[in-house]
Amino acid sequence: MDFPLFFMDEIGNRLLMAVIAIVHVLINHPLAVGAYPLVTLLEWWGRRNNDAAIDNLAYRVAFVLFVVTTTVGALTGVGIWFSAGLIAPFGIGSLLRVFFWAWFIEWLVFISEVVLIMVYVLTWKRWADGLMKKVHIGVGVLLSALSWATMVIIVAVLGFMMGSGTWTQNQSFLSAVFNPLYLPQLAFRTAFAMVAAGLVVWFLMFFFTKQAPELRRRAVRFVSIWILGWTPLWLGASLWYWNAVPAAMQANVNVGLLTQAFQNWHSDFVVILGVVVAIILVTAVVGALNPRLIPRAVLLVPCVLGLFLLGHFERVREFIRKPHVVADYMYSNGVTMTELPVFQRDGLLTYATYVRHKSVTSANKIEAGEDISMLACSRCHTTTGVNALVDRFEKLYGTEPWDEAALGAFVSSMHMSRTYMPPFPGNTAEAEALVAYLRDLQQKRGSAPGAQTLGIPRAAAVDNNANVNQ
Amino acid sequence: MNTLLSLIKTPVPRDLSLPLPLNPDDLAIILVVLFLVHIFFVNLMMGGVILSVIFEIVGKYRKEYDQLAYRISETVTANKSLAVVLGVGPLLCISLLYTMHFYAANALTGYAWISVIPLVIIAFLVTYLHKYTWHKWTGPDKNRHIALGVGAVFVFMGIPMIFLANINLMLFPDKWPEIQGFFSSLEVGNVFPRYFHFLMASLALTGLFLAGWFGRKKYALEKNLPGCNRGSVRRIFYRITFYATIAQLAFGPLVFATLPIGGVTTDLFILISLGVAVALLLLALLRLEIRSGDEHIGRHYAWIGLLFTVLVLVMGTGRHMYRESSLMTHKALIADKTVRFKSVEAATQMRLAAGLGTGDALASGPTGKSLFANCAACHAVDKVLAAPSLREVYGIYKDNPQGIIAWAKEPGKKRPEFTPMPSFAHLGDENLQMVADYILQLGAPAAETESSDTPAKL
Repeated sequence: MDFPLFFMDEIGNRLLMAVIAIVHVLINHPLAVGAYPLVTLLEWWGRRNNDAAIDNLAYRVAFVLFVVTTTVGALTGVGIWFSAGLIAPFGIGSLLRVFFWAWFIEWLVFISEVVLIMVYVLTWKRWADGLMKKVHIGVGVLLSALSWATMVIIVAVLGFMMGSGTWTQNQSFLSAVFNPLYLPQLAFRTAFAMVAAGLVVWFLMFFFTKQAPELRRRAVRFVSIWILGWTPLWLGASLWYWNAVPAAMQANVNVGLLTQAFQNWHSDFVVILGVVVAIILVTAVVGALNPRLIPRAVLLVPCVLGLFLLGHFERVREFIRKPHVVADYMYSNGVTMTELPVFQRDGLLTYATYVRHKSVTSANKIEAGEDISMLACSRCHTTTGVNALVDRFEKLYGTEPWDEAALGAFVSSMHMSRTYMPPFPGNTAEAEALVAYLRDLQQKRGSAPGAQTLGIPRAAAVDNNANVNQ
Repeated sequence: MNTLLSLIKTPVPRDLSLPLPLNPDDLAIILVVLFLVHIFFVNLMMGGVILSVIFEIVGKYRKEYDQLAYRISETVTANKSLAVVLGVGPLLCISLLYTMHFYAANALTGYAWISVIPLVIIAFLVTYLHKYTWHKWTGPDKNRHIALGVGAVFVFMGIPMIFLANINLMLFPDKWPEIQGFFSSLEVGNVFPRYFHFLMASLALTGLFLAGWFGRKKYALEKNLPGCNRGSVRRIFYRITFYATIAQLAFGPLVFATLPIGGVTTDLFILISLGVAVALLLLALLRLEIRSGDEHIGRHYAWIGLLFTVLVLVMGTGRHMYRESSLMTHKALIADKTVRFKSVEAATQMRLAAGLGTGDALASGPTGKSLFANCAACHAVDKVLAAPSLREVYGIYKDNPQGIIAWAKEPGKKRPEFTPMPSFAHLGDENLQMVADYILQLGAPAAETESSDTPAKL
């Protein structure tokens, strides 16, 4: 955790990560993993029936996929690396040391995927007949397989963050990969991608079939059947995941406060799932029987609901992961479980490099408290913005000046009362300094700039180094 | 004395504790090779975008250059995507090999660093728009089309500056304390000379690539570039490579001269001189090619390509040698600090395993008093913090300690003025029993004397 800390007070670091990751999933699942097999199938169907109009339609959809996946899709994927490196360098740095080879292989697959996307789209018109058309369809099949393969690898890493299984004992790569939520999660994402791809491709096709109602009818029926085929699998995979979660929860965390939130989540999930599946089924059945009845905008409703479900589903990750960033090894603030007792005995500041003060004195108490807050709290909390320290405590203690003793007790026991929070990683003097800072923050409501604007923290009083230099 | 002072100032962080997944020397070789492959496509992307727009402008006056410009933009489509995907591998390698340096530089230039993502997205989308409107925005719309291309070039030109600032800043930990935001990082080291060196390299490599791409026998020149002949196309691009390489004879020494001296070693000097010799040989060959007639031009293409590969390998290796030697001391200091911390950590773990506590206090089992620490954030004896006082709790539960346990395991929500109490089921019945007894003892009116002992004192 010994890094200069990038920190966006106000909107919060987590929002940056969330925006990039959501956009990426939004493109990756429906437009890459799901849509390439669908378009390839459409191309194959067009060739079988000697249907040039269907082939041309498949090409136009593929072109849209090409533009979106090679720009926003690919770059948000890279963006996850960038934002993780800024927000939690200790977490991503540690995961990289465990999963280097998995990511390396995933990278090779990713390169092949991008090359094949370009070959698939850019040769469509040239490889149009006879054997070359067959080769072209083969490229589509391979591309579909590779997009799915990247998902297979990444889900392993995500699953690992939730529950490291036996990894903490033997630190082996394979035991990290095969954790209990792996297969259900993979099945859920795959089937969701397929269904959502159907809906998005359906939506896109409307733009390319304005003057061709007959073509639209055929194409919509084709996609409806695709959706109808995948929906039961998606439903099954969702229930599988839903059933696998409680066991994983119990194995990983002291449920505590989470119980209630989780139970709400667990029952909400089934309701949302039911509604989404029902809407999709109705749309697809009507689409298959009488495509003209479906207005374009309706198509995106199940898609958005599906994404909402996926988001709801991602919350499980948050439930299970916390208070860790790497399960059973490292807390969300970068403190590892073996570092914790050392910091609690000797002090967090003692071993920190990018702080203004190495120990708490009566003169530097508030500044030292701010340093501690930056190290221990800022990965999840802002001062006064999103998930703000001030809001959290005002909710608990009200707007009157907070009680010093109560805050002190909260800091030392937060991991017991809020089991999703890590234990305070400092000694008694540092807990007192943090309390002093929080009480000061309640009054002043100042903000804490991160390393990207402030640079490495400097003591306000005297800059010793500046004196030495002269 | 200066080095000593800068060492005092230099932040020395503690490394992550997990081991690297492979030997650092092997990782370094993988890094250099993967980086060179990545930068090759970055060069072709940058050079392609710049040349395409310049040729399009020339094409307003000479028709065949517009054709050529369009064909160049076609190559950018593939090269720019390869540049991005091939960048991930070296990104992972550099994050592993220089964890403490790379992430530090990223954080210190944070806003600029993360804006690489939207900038590249914009640059790519504008480039697609530029390419796919080429034959639509013609005639009166041509100027608008050119403006679009120029816009894309400007976005593209900004991105390498951010990357250079980062890999430059990571080399100078002694300067980190002075950095306040991206723009101040540009004052460290020699970002600007390296930037121009990079731009020239992009033009040189793209020239060479295009001379081969359009000049190869299988390229349908008559169909794609009507009115051009193979020899003249080859000559155009060879010239670009030639003049860009001449310019490197100025920029190269400038980069070398502005390198902070810390990492310059004799080996590095010899290697760079070797690079310069290869570059001179290259120039001679290029001149020979440019002066040959249409039927002979291109004979030495393979040799030129080979020499360029050697040149790029030499320069890439030199880069890595400089990086290693300038960070050698700092890396050793980090390793030392990490090892020292690990020994403290291991000793603490041993004490804990032996049941000795962490060393500052004797370990003892939980007591009602120690467990009450978990409650004291909200409950005080006769004060309302964020929940009923213990006096009140005593009033309700004085004959029913089991009621406290049941409530603590599954709290309800009775009072609208308070945040609901979290469950403490994870403490277990035995501990909850102890804490319940302690609560009733503290809350009892008879316990006046003990209540002066504030529960928050832990």
